[in-house]
Amino acid sequence: MAARAGSPEAVAFPPNWAARAAWVVLAVYVVYAASTMDFTWSRFVTGLDNGARFIGKMFPPDFRRWELLQKGLLESLEIAVLASFLGIVLSLPIGFLAARNLMPSWVTWPARAVIALCRSFHPVIVAILFVKAVGFGALAGLLALTVASIGFIGKLFAEAIEEISLKQVEAVRATGAPFMSLINFGVMPQVFSRFVGFATYQLDSNLRNSTMVGIVGAGGVGGTLFAAFQRFDYDFVCAILIAIIALIMVGEVLAVQVRKIFASDTRAKAEDD
Amino acid sequence: MTSATAALVLRGLVKEYVPGRPVLRGIDLEVAPRGMTAVIGPSGTGKSTLIRCINRLVEPTAGEIVFLGTDLARLSGAALREARRRIGMVFQEFNLVERLSVMENVLCGRLGYVPAWKAWLRKFPAQDIAAAFEMLESVGLGRFANQRADSLSGGQRQRVGIARALMQGPQLLLADEPTSSLDPRTSVEIMELMKGMCTARGIPVVVNMHDVQLARRFADRIVGMSGGAVVYDGGGDGLTDDVLRRIYGGESWLA
Repeated sequence: MAARAGSPEAVAFPPNWAARAAWVVLAVYVVYAASTMDFTWSRFVTGLDNGARFIGKMFPPDFRRWELLQKGLLESLEIAVLASFLGIVLSLPIGFLAARNLMPSWVTWPARAVIALCRSFHPVIVAILFVKAVGFGALAGLLALTVASIGFIGKLFAEAIEEISLKQVEAVRATGAPFMSLINFGVMPQVFSRFVGFATYQLDSNLRNSTMVGIVGAGGVGGTLFAAFQRFDYDFVCAILIAIIALIMVGEVLAVQVRKIFASDTRAKAEDD
Repeated sequence: MTSATAALVLRGLVKEYVPGRPVLRGIDLEVAPRGMTAVIGPSGTGKSTLIRCINRLVEPTAGEIVFLGTDLARLSGAALREARRRIGMVFQEFNLVERLSVMENVLCGRLGYVPAWKAWLRKFPAQDIAAAFEMLESVGLGRFANQRADSLSGGQRQRVGIARALMQGPQLLLADEPTSSLDPRTSVEIMELMKGMCTARGIPVVVNMHDVQLARRFADRIVGMSGGAVVYDGGGDGLTDDVLRRIYGGESWLA
């Protein structure tokens, strides 16, 4: 029923009752969840006190066992780089197979299932599974992070491909190009810079995760960190944490450089102006 | 004209996107091995579908598409790709691969001839690259070879589109509203370029157009479509108000 302009029933901004109800439900749940968790002020204050003592024990950081620290960090780095490389290489074809605008549904469904499976567990859970399967050590961490990488890059890559302009693909198809050339000339140029973005983000994420899978025995500096915690060597813990921060920052700088090299528009738009 | 001498023969071409609701209702058309055929008609009457059925970017529902003696409607796989590379196509929105250079876009016209891995490594045959430079020169874009395609203006992009299509060494050129995204002056320049280059190479052209004046000016033959069927087929001078009314319906626009 269309309300006539100027008539009393014409409303410029009709209320969205569904959205209002959703806000109310969210607010009620937040209050309920907080009430079930024994979340009192006094407990928070005691916690602060405890935290202050813990931090006090962490300083000054103890770098005397730097060889152990270095060994762990280098192993983490190796896990992260290898897992990223393997993950990128494997997620490229899987991402293509999962793109619904390029492939028939009997291809995309299995590919999407693989991606969904890779994404369903946190890397730590996958790492536990691989530790049980292949034993303690870096191999388990490497495999766990590879799986995580396939899930992440594969999904985003497939979505990026689904957003491309099919007009450009159509034009390449009209030239009689074989399928691989269609992909290389019609599809890849449209998604490559985004793919590099996903890949460097995943490298960054793998660096962080590679310092953690060691906690469950899957190699890297995480194992050293966990052992230090258990022995109450809080000054060594602090040294490890500082080293991890440094590693992540170096990784960040590296990722920016990689993006610059691969995704930059070397043929800048305004080159000839 | 008999089928034996025509470059392209369409027989009973039908396309239904939704079963029972044909967009093309049995098109019969013969295209001579030379000259420009313009297909005019209102929006939504199946002009684009017709052109896309010819190189099978759209699958025809029924009918024959005989191109130089082969029925394209029956082809698939490598044979279809081999036929496609002999048919150049120019698009309304140019459809250049925007993030590739002008040179790479022009060389896209050779993708049907170059193995995929060689194309990927940009190892195109030297004569292809030489021909591409020559082609860019002849469409007036010689100094733009290394620029990205999306840095060009509309008219320049369509010139690259034409260069790409002609790089295929086609025996037929299809053009789907090649000037609809361009201003009037650039439209005429593009039509002149396309007509000139195809005449020089002896390539027949089938072009969809909105602009009746432009069709009259450049086409040797005009095919008027309405409601998925051919309602006029003849020269530009035969396009009387009466005929245009039959093609487009209504009349106030004719004044």
